[in-house]
Amino acid sequence: MPGSSIVRPLAGLVLLSILVMMFAVTVGSAQSGMFKVLWVFSGGGTGLERTLILDLRLPRVLSAFAVGGLLSVAGALMQVLLRNPLADPYVLGLSGGAAVGALLAMLAGMGGFVVSGSAFAGALLATLLVFGLAHGSGSWTPSRLLLTGVVVAAGWGALITLILAMTPAARLPGMLYWLMGDLSHSGQPWPGLLVLLLACLLVLPLGRSLNVLARGSLQAAALGVAVRPLEWLVYLLASLLTATAVTMAGAVGFVGLVVPHMLRLVLGNDQRLILPACALAGGILLVLADTLGRTVIAPEQLPVGVITALLGVPTFLYLLYRSR
Amino acid sequence: MSCLKARELVVDIPGRASGAPLGFSVKPGQVWGVLGPNGAGKTTLLHTLAGLRPPRGGQVQLDGRTLAVQWRKQVSRRIGLVFQDRQDGFPATVLETALIGRHPWLSAWQMESSDDIALAEQALQALDVGHLRDRLVSTLSGGERQRVAIATLMTQNPDIWLLDEPTNHLDLHHQVAVMNLLTTRAGSGKAVFMCLHDLNLAARWCNHLLLLYPNGEACWGPAETMLVPSSLEQLYNQKLETVELDGAPFFVPARG
Repeated sequence: MPGSSIVRPLAGLVLLSILVMMFAVTVGSAQSGMFKVLWVFSGGGTGLERTLILDLRLPRVLSAFAVGGLLSVAGALMQVLLRNPLADPYVLGLSGGAAVGALLAMLAGMGGFVVSGSAFAGALLATLLVFGLAHGSGSWTPSRLLLTGVVVAAGWGALITLILAMTPAARLPGMLYWLMGDLSHSGQPWPGLLVLLLACLLVLPLGRSLNVLARGSLQAAALGVAVRPLEWLVYLLASLLTATAVTMAGAVGFVGLVVPHMLRLVLGNDQRLILPACALAGGILLVLADTLGRTVIAPEQLPVGVITALLGVPTFLYLLYRSR
Repeated sequence: MSCLKARELVVDIPGRASGAPLGFSVKPGQVWGVLGPNGAGKTTLLHTLAGLRPPRGGQVQLDGRTLAVQWRKQVSRRIGLVFQDRQDGFPATVLETALIGRHPWLSAWQMESSDDIALAEQALQALDVGHLRDRLVSTLSGGERQRVAIATLMTQNPDIWLLDEPTNHLDLHHQVAVMNLLTTRAGSGKAVFMCLHDLNLAARWCNHLLLLYPNGEACWGPAETMLVPSSLEQLYNQKLETVELDGAPFFVPARG
């Protein structure tokens, strides 16, 4: 594939990302026009406008972008790893581990940083648990990894139900919002954006190896790919990306499944193009979904996970119905 | 040009006793056929020779050095393998599929150049699937996919070509075309080593044969010394009738 056919779609997506984020910043309970936003970015505007745009809306929009990008790249990586175009970042029970961590912290009456921290710890625990169990006696096949992950995920599900049953009613809404995926407590966007950027830089030179890996591990080995180290790297990287996203916004569903899938339909399956395109398109989708969630029943807010699920389920069913 | 050597090689087939160790060299210009009944270990032998499975005993040497200690990427520039089964879970076009053969030759940041694409297109033409270059592999017939797989090996352009039943799914004309292609390539310095089920294709195109018996025993040598009806009958546990054709033996299974 010649270089230009990779650069052109990506340039288009970068442009679209900027436009969508600009638009999302203008939208809210107090409408601020595109020119006012530009004016504030260049250092002007009243104190109130500056607070509204730079401290409230912009971090949230950037967080949404980071979460969407992280989940989409993680989904695309998981799909290559499991050789299954229908895998998603949560299929191996990562969100379950994160949820158990976060809900336990909430049950103990903690908030903010502790909840995020325990979500991250839970996600890493889930990662290592599945990795260790699937490793077992040495053989490490995609189907074994998938089965282990699915069963462990079911275990997390049971724990989540148990925690919810033990929780006093007053604390339930916060937990449910977390479980659905919600950006209103996402905090600073920069760690997420940094992880996303670093991950993209790391996987770009691996793109062609991942293309070969998608053809099966034996074929990849015959073409000179060090299969086992590559698979471990992909697994740990996808887990880290998912853990970061879940820590920022809870378990936002369907982005990691639908975005890579739709991009493949349009752009083909060259990972050198698909992975960075996922980072951008996933970001765009989640920014739009969150903007919708903020405005559709304003001043109330819908958790972004509800929007992505409402958009994702029909899209996914349609793709499945259309596929041979 | 590389030379692949099996030294005291015992292939690891789970649940079977180690048979006699194998010791042969696959040299440029040679066309080897591996014959044996189902489950005799032909595929496992091929994977072991490619370095994809560790042997139970002995070693595989590429140019005098043990395969296991060489870099996979370096090995994959000299040894290529056409598998019997292929995974196409993800959509990919015929041209993209052939182009993955260039993987060993490109560095991490390199994109496929127009030279690489030209090589892939030539290979697809040579296998008579050039007109399918933009089709999705998942929409092809079994025989067309088989030819795309051989074209991928040709794009990889290693010195040693290992092929697992390259004539599977092919119609008669394309069986002959593929065997002719392989012998031509051997003539220009490649070494070809393939598992075959068709005794007569092997008799007609291979100049060396390796017979793998189900109990792990094996014998190998120049084709004309190996094509003994009695040992072939024992190999397949099947009575054979032999006729002469163009001065070469032709084997037909006996009825009953």
